[in-house]
Amino acid sequence: MHNFDFVRPSTLAEATAAMQAEGAQALGGGQTLMPVMKQRLAAPDTLVSLAGIAEMIGVCEKDGALVIGGATTHAQVASDAASMYPALAALAGMIGDPAVRSRGTVGGSLANNDPAACYPAGALGSGATITTNTREISSDNFSTGMFDTALEEGEIITSVAFPIPEKASYQKFEQPASRFALVGVYVAKFADGVRVAVTGASEGGVFRWSAAEAALSGNFSAEAIEGLSPEASGMITDLHGSGAYRAHLIGILTKRAVAAAH
Amino acid sequence: MADGGIGAATKRREDVRFLTGRGQYTDDYTPAGTTYAVFARSQVAHGTIKSIDTSAAEAMPGVLAVLTGEDFVEVGGNPAGWLINNRNGTPMKEPKRPVLAHGKVRHVGDAFAAVIAETAEQAMDAAEAIDADIEEHDAVIDMKAAVADAGTRVHDELTDNVCFDWGWIEDNRQATDEAIKAAPHVTTLELVNNRLVPNALEPRCSIGEYNPGTGDYKLTTTSQNPHLTRLLISAFVLGIPENKLTVHAPDVGGGFGSKIYHYGEEALVLAAAKKLGRPVKWTASRSEAFLTDAHGRDHVTKIELATETDGTFIAFRTETYANVGAYLSNFSTATPTFLHGTLMAGNYTVPNVYVNVKAVFTNTAPVDAYRGAGRPEATYSLERVIDKCARELGMDPIAIRRKNFVKPDQYPFTSAAGLEYDSGNYDALVDGLEGLADIKGFEARRAESESRGMLRGLGINTYIEACGIAPSNLVGVLGSRVGLYDAATVRVNATGNISVMVGAHSHGQGHETAFPQVVADLLGVDPESVEIVHGDTSKIPFGMGTYGSRSLAVCGSAVYRATEKIIKKATLIAAHMMESDAEQVDFEDGVFSVRGTNKTVGFGDVALKAYIPHDFPLEEIEPGLEETAFYDPANFTYPSGAYACEVEVDPDTGKVTICSMVAVDDFGTVVNPMIVTGQVQGGLAQGIGQALLENAVYDENGQLNSGSLMDYAMPRADDLPNLVVDHSHMTRCTHNPLGVKGCGEAGAIGSPPTVVNAVIDALSRAGHDVAHIDMPVSPARVWEAMNK
Ligand SMILES: Cc1cc2nc3c(=O)[nH]c(=O)nc-3n(C[C@H](O)[C@H](O)[C@H](O)COP(=O)(O)OP(=O)(O)OC[C@H]3O[C@@H](n4cnc5c(N)ncnc54)[C@H](O)[C@@H]3O)c2cc1C
Repeated sequence: MHNFDFVRPSTLAEATAAMQAEGAQALGGGQTLMPVMKQRLAAPDTLVSLAGIAEMIGVCEKDGALVIGGATTHAQVASDAASMYPALAALAGMIGDPAVRSRGTVGGSLANNDPAACYPAGALGSGATITTNTREISSDNFSTGMFDTALEEGEIITSVAFPIPEKASYQKFEQPASRFALVGVYVAKFADGVRVAVTGASEGGVFRWSAAEAALSGNFSAEAIEGLSPEASGMITDLHGSGAYRAHLIGILTKRAVAAAH
Repeated sequence: MADGGIGAATKRREDVRFLTGRGQYTDDYTPAGTTYAVFARSQVAHGTIKSIDTSAAEAMPGVLAVLTGEDFVEVGGNPAGWLINNRNGTPMKEPKRPVLAHGKVRHVGDAFAAVIAETAEQAMDAAEAIDADIEEHDAVIDMKAAVADAGTRVHDELTDNVCFDWGWIEDNRQATDEAIKAAPHVTTLELVNNRLVPNALEPRCSIGEYNPGTGDYKLTTTSQNPHLTRLLISAFVLGIPENKLTVHAPDVGGGFGSKIYHYGEEALVLAAAKKLGRPVKWTASRSEAFLTDAHGRDHVTKIELATETDGTFIAFRTETYANVGAYLSNFSTATPTFLHGTLMAGNYTVPNVYVNVKAVFTNTAPVDAYRGAGRPEATYSLERVIDKCARELGMDPIAIRRKNFVKPDQYPFTSAAGLEYDSGNYDALVDGLEGLADIKGFEARRAESESRGMLRGLGINTYIEACGIAPSNLVGVLGSRVGLYDAATVRVNATGNISVMVGAHSHGQGHETAFPQVVADLLGVDPESVEIVHGDTSKIPFGMGTYGSRSLAVCGSAVYRATEKIIKKATLIAAHMMESDAEQVDFEDGVFSVRGTNKTVGFGDVALKAYIPHDFPLEEIEPGLEETAFYDPANFTYPSGAYACEVEVDPDTGKVTICSMVAVDDFGTVVNPMIVTGQVQGGLAQGIGQALLENAVYDENGQLNSGSLMDYAMPRADDLPNLVVDHSHMTRCTHNPLGVKGCGEAGAIGSPPTVVNAVIDALSRAGHDVAHIDMPVSPARVWEAMNK
């Protein structure tokens, strides 16, 4: 790890100011950034920790949505959101291990936009709105590819509002080594339609599976998508499975999510 | 027997310090004035070093020295421990393995320079500033292509990439070929024994020290085998006399084979310590461990089994390509040959066996012995092809094995692969397995799984292995450059407590508990009064380390013999104390007595007398009570076992869940059943890891795709079922004094074929025509096999 300066602001305003410095980078739980810095693949001059900003931590229900502060840990979401939005709380509870969940944050996960991460599916599947220190971004426009988002340099995710559906479920098929999602499917049924978001599978990062959404919006049952799976082209092929296998898993996991949705 | 002697399930005394954070590992040692070494490692798999400019690195803050391969051209290479001959009698190819790469880099991670600085961070910064001009070449990765194409060579000075082409037993080749040609049934299977990264919890670490006042060197290092490391550094690499070099391996946090060998980093820190006059420390990162620890397995095999139509075995013929990586690690040539080919008759009376092994250089990390070393590869090939054969013949997998077992009245039995099995009872093991695994109840469990949409399968496996490595006279004939005895000194101190210096070196096995049980049992003393000393060449007579399930069978036998000598001498002293004749003195439960009298003297009093010899007849009795024994085994030991595993396969995803795993083993005498159970369970976890999860994969450019725990899947607790272990069906080893056979590797040897057999069984019962799936049997591979 290279040397860096460390600041720990206690307000969003201070954090925004600190982020203006040359080479400043936000630090959430450090569960992604720290290993990368240890490998010397990232070398920020200043780390701006978001962990001390009270206004960015916590969960609450507001206008039919679960609102999570950008610096809220996965562990807190898993416990505090369980009664408000059980499927999303369950997603948070499936991330990594207790140590990772106790530090990793929703803002860090969404900002990082790992193509195999869980929160991107929860956000896109819920039709969430991502609030930053400068604007609001719809989850439909947030992911711009693997490890790439609509966030500008220095922009901080302050909170995320997840509209609470009638029912939802996240089905994660673990990659055997990392236990990130080899494929993860988030299905959410709203009064006005069904959203299906898929992580882990596509070379383009998290995406909505519109064919399944259309089929399920008419008939929210596993039978409605029997035999359906997306095209294998554009799906990730790696040590752990081919694109065809991932495409197949999307169909299986979507059916399971529909069956398990509550 | 003393309380806590042989057979007692005594808790491991070393765990008190391990579990309370008081272990002292190599990296915990930082002598005053320590400097830090960091290696510059090749990013490419194969390249010519055009130039290395170290000037920028040398000018950086804190930097004390930058060394390159140029600095080591005068010193020797790290040698192979075994010389293997080709089928035509010519010797194998043995390229030099330098301390630092010189001329060429040959695998990703090959170190070509080292920086020594005041801090590790400074050394890291400077290592990044080394400007190396390396001209990249095509990487030699695929073994068969490497053999076919001698144009691209890992070692330019060699004529091709074949290290050796070995036949075992070459004289049996023709008879085996003919038997297979004439056989009514031949089963053929091509398989891969997947390459593994050892992943000890503790990464390698070495500290070199040099005392200019005395000229003494000290190497503190993560080693399973400190004396071998000293020997190699002394005799081959740096030429430091053994009496000027101490090698000390304090607590070792796992090794699984990877810490048997001497590595270049060890020589480098010693040389640098002398150059700088300060201690030099290197600690591997996890990434370095992935790239540079000796990997395991990596065989590509074709095996044929010829049988009568009733399932009687006629012949096994094997052709194996064994990856040795870029350089020969110390045991790398023995592993695919004498620890593999010699086992290819398995537990069976099969009359014909022939094994051909081509060892191949590739631009990958060196491959060497890893828990089981050769025997897992042999067992996997045999037991997979037998399973396939049983399916083809419509035979029960247990019945076909029983039909061909060596029977209890056939010992000693000389196998068709040339080993003499001394004892065993394979039918008894299978009897035990059938009960413990409730084989009869399988059908009901399968139906229950089916009702949940799951495909259930039952896998059976039996194995034999060769441990207690090894009789020196035999291995000498087979090409070993060292003897494989072990040594122990038993020192009875004046106040009756006992220090035992042993050549074996625990890296997790529990020697500090088990060895005292042996001594205490023989002497009738409290095991708590016995301490072992290990891991330090300055304190121990000699040793050949811990690997190959040899510690108790070989070093434990040395302990036994040394303790016998203690009893002999103490009897002399006791006789003198009781004014009797040694022939008249008996020793039992720690008390000497004169036969037919009521005269007795306790062991403790005799010990004290040995050190206060005021009235000794000095021509007959020397003062002191300390004895050393070197023990060289008469034969290998032959543990064996019968395993069963049940799996469920999810037909939608291909995911395999292990429902049960039962291991019934014959380890001969069991000194501490709790430790043995733990050893087997650890081995099972490792074998299940190989079967389902672990895979070291290089891409065609020689980059290690599974170079971190993000892509290299280690088994975790929730991947494992309850591991049922039974070692009660034992037959004694006939040729060592304890009757022990060795248990450290069994689980890793017996379990991989058991798991794969179970998966194939599950698919076959569900009507899938799948003859084989290579390990790791990942969900994607199972799904592909089901949907091909
Ligand atoms: C062992 C392990 C297992 C894991 N398993 C899973 C898993 O199963 N599923 C899964 O989804 N994830 C998994 N993760 C990742 C984990 O969820 C991380 O916590 C997450 O990816 C990053 O969150 P963080 O708060 O730690 O971010 P950091 O590591 O601190 O930062 C990551 C990136 O986000 C930026 N950033 C951080 N916070 C903000 C913010 N509020 N606004 C803008 N930018 C910000 C940082 O600058 C950095 O670029 C795992 C991680 C580990 C170490």
